[in-house]
Amino acid sequence: MTTQTSGQPVDTPNPAAGEIVRYNAGTRVAHWILVLCFLLVALSGLAMFYPPLYWLSNLFGGGDIMRAVHPWIGLVMVVAFLAVASQVYMHMRIEQRDRQWLRQTNDVVANREEKLPDVGRYNAGQKLVFFSVITCATVLLLTGLEIWRAYFTAYFPVELTRFASLLHAFFAFVLILTIIVHIYAAIWVRGSVRAMTRGTVTYGWAWRHHRAWFRDVMRNASK
Amino acid sequence: MALQSLDIVRRSATTIPAPQARHAHSGEVAKLIDVTKCIGCKACQVACMEWNDLRDDVGSCNGHYDNPADLSDQSWTLMRFAEYENDKGDLEWLIRKDGCMHCADPGCLKACPAPGAIVQYANGIVDFVEENCIGCGYCVTGCPFNVPRISKKDKKAYKCTLCSDRVGVGLEPACVKTCPTGAIVFGSKDDMQRHADERIEDLKSRGFEQAGLYDPAGVGGTHVMYVLHHADKPEIYSGLPKDPHISAMVRLWKGATKPLAVLAIVGAALAGFLHYVGVGPNETTEEDEKAARRELEKQS
Repeated sequence: MTTQTSGQPVDTPNPAAGEIVRYNAGTRVAHWILVLCFLLVALSGLAMFYPPLYWLSNLFGGGDIMRAVHPWIGLVMVVAFLAVASQVYMHMRIEQRDRQWLRQTNDVVANREEKLPDVGRYNAGQKLVFFSVITCATVLLLTGLEIWRAYFTAYFPVELTRFASLLHAFFAFVLILTIIVHIYAAIWVRGSVRAMTRGTVTYGWAWRHHRAWFRDVMRNASK
Repeated sequence: MALQSLDIVRRSATTIPAPQARHAHSGEVAKLIDVTKCIGCKACQVACMEWNDLRDDVGSCNGHYDNPADLSDQSWTLMRFAEYENDKGDLEWLIRKDGCMHCADPGCLKACPAPGAIVQYANGIVDFVEENCIGCGYCVTGCPFNVPRISKKDKKAYKCTLCSDRVGVGLEPACVKTCPTGAIVFGSKDDMQRHADERIEDLKSRGFEQAGLYDPAGVGGTHVMYVLHHADKPEIYSGLPKDPHISAMVRLWKGATKPLAVLAIVGAALAGFLHYVGVGPNETTEEDEKAARRELEKQS
């Protein structure tokens, strides 16, 4: 076997390199499209939400261009999110060990992972991030269509548009907070970013952070 | 532009204070529309088109006298005709000249995210500055009177300017200038309120006991006011709102939530940084790699 694991299907171990494939190429590409779209809609959304940040509209070539492209980027973001979600949603069920993990948040933030229950492909924090993002994405899509003045708003009563505007801002706020947690976790837990760039993690990383998943992968590989 | 920045007392999406040196010492202006004197001739609509160089598309008749059917980027004012059957069973033809009310507390300006796209002058006029408009339509969402319209051509918002260009050089608005019955008058807000009082007294003496002035306090009063024969029932005048105010949802969306939300976002990022500095990263050690290998060897 070669050391080039990034083209392999997920959950494939590469004993020579000591790596496991965590994300296939399609998921990685979709994820980074998602990242780009999120940055663009978040920056343009903040510019339209908070006047002292209006200067961010210059990144888009002016306020009118920003206003015109924001919803389209949002649609691409939803598609990219669905592509990523379709690859991971089956691992996101909250289990008993996740509840225990959440009760030990102080051990989590203090890096005392040896005290935590064994974690599967995703830990409880990652699962909460997933559910937060899926909720936000759904509300942002629906309210975003409603307040899309160029095509849809005229078909709805103004009271609904006011409510949708408020909800859109609120769930965008929740999503931005969620993504800050997501980004920080990737920086904090070393070796995570390469799972999304190269597609692989080391055996040690899997053993330390996702031991139940590590054992599953190895058990299935030896069959 | 006839008016200048010194005359601006409020500017959309702007947190720095407006210039304070000058005030409208001669009083704020107001347009008073006496609905009881209006004959529905639409001369005001024509004058508005002429002065502002607007030409709406020729529409089609949809069964009533409203022409065009609605306000648009090309029609900033519009006579709305309502057929009202009073308590005695008689028909009253209530004709209301619709358009921007120039609220003292404008919902459009509160909702607008584009700095300087909506301004309020010291004389009370609320004006759209189209060069700063980004076409989001938040002004439509914020307006309690359903007045602003987004142009299909240029995606910018338009509405009555109260002829700010004319008022700025001491002229009255075009609609006032042209009104043949004197139903529309213009002057300082105080004078217009006094004039309205006289008209209301006259109307009451003629049997319109509920005659009154429409200058709704919910939006801080307006700089376009109506004399109504039935001030207790403004909704019969083609849906003039009884108690207009900026929606609580718009206030929440555009109020304290803005700085608080941004503060929370910055706080979350800062918390992450401090955690990194305080606790440090969670690193996979050589020991972990060895432990993983040991476990595999045990298996095989």
